[in-house]
Amino acid sequence: MEELSNDATPIVRPYARTRGRTRSDYDLPIEALVTTADGAVGDDARMNPEHRPIADLCRQVQSVAEVAVRLALPLGVARVLLGDMARIGLVIVHATAGDATGQPPVALLEKVLSGLRQL
Amino acid sequence: MTGPVWPRPGPTPPDPAMPPVPDPSRASRSSAKIVVAGGFGVGKTTFVGAVSEITPLRTEALMTEASTDVDDLGSTPDKETTTVAMDFGRVSLGDELILYLFGTPGQHRFWFMWDDLMRGAIGVVVLVDTRRLGDCFAAVDFVEDRGLNYIVAVNCFDGIARHGVQDVREALSIDPDVPVVLTDARQRESVKQTLIELVEHVLRQRRQPVGSPG
Ligand SMILES: Nc1nc2c(ncn2[C@@H]2O[C@H](COP(=O)(O)OP(=O)(O)OP(=O)(O)O)[C@@H](O)[C@H]2O)c(=O)[nH]1
Ligand SMILES: [Mg+2]
Repeated sequence: MEELSNDATPIVRPYARTRGRTRSDYDLPIEALVTTADGAVGDDARMNPEHRPIADLCRQVQSVAEVAVRLALPLGVARVLLGDMARIGLVIVHATAGDATGQPPVALLEKVLSGLRQL
Repeated sequence: MTGPVWPRPGPTPPDPAMPPVPDPSRASRSSAKIVVAGGFGVGKTTFVGAVSEITPLRTEALMTEASTDVDDLGSTPDKETTTVAMDFGRVSLGDELILYLFGTPGQHRFWFMWDDLMRGAIGVVVLVDTRRLGDCFAAVDFVEDRGLNYIVAVNCFDGIARHGVQDVREALSIDPDVPVVLTDARQRESVKQTLIELVEHVLRQRRQPVGSPG
């Protein structure tokens, strides 16, 4: 039996929130930015209780990783929930660097480079 | 295999019409990531924190012990799950672009999750402590095996590089193209410079067609 040394981890089955799934139909990168879709916050018909705090939080743009931290969800759980929400249009997913080919386009690398130089 | 499919087994091809849905009003927003790898206690969190506009946030990545193929815990209810901590920082580059830095979990047995972490990454900074050079071998093996773009950054604890860049290069026997730089994980300017070195390196690689000489 391994010691449960993790302070923030509640003793519940985390993936109960996703009905056991560890993947969503749509796998979001952990750095993907998400924003709650207009009109989603009051949309209780489409939203289940797991979605509501996420919809509230993402009224300001957040990354998947930040959603996980802010709502004390394991990263994988946040990814599944957000993937589901993106699928049904509750959140909007912004472009990430690796979108098409998995490799960031040169133009974006140049943008990152000049951004870093100006820091 | 064209992409993640759930439930498995089952013919649920990824729908090309799926998100990301560009939102016209916010389409200019985008994010990118750089991964910081290296052995235990080499300064990964310090490195991320030196340049991040937020205190590095720690997230729990929960995974099954067995393999990445297990998509549905429901089918194997007794499967052990475990958490690993991974921390990340954020650097806003202007109004439109956010760069995330992810410090990888050091434990070898969790490295299967790296593929997921690396997907779409600009590249990897492998941090090295010259007093414990061997601790980074596994990270270098990993990035080389996956063909990832990386640089090696020697973290100069107490400002002292106990071994020269050339010694490190020889000890790791890495490709001459791969930059080896000195850094100080506590210094913002130094970390910034290291990130710049990485992106410049990646740009050089990208502009030089694969297989071309020199
Ligand atoms: N003197 C000195 N100390 C450093 C430097 N970088 C990191 N440290 C210290 O080394 C210790 C480990 O640094 P961390 O940044 O936590 O290392 P890490 O790689 O994130 O460690 P793990 O996540 O546990 O693998 C901390 O006490 C840091 O304060 C450095 O450049 N100089
Ligand atoms: Mg750390």
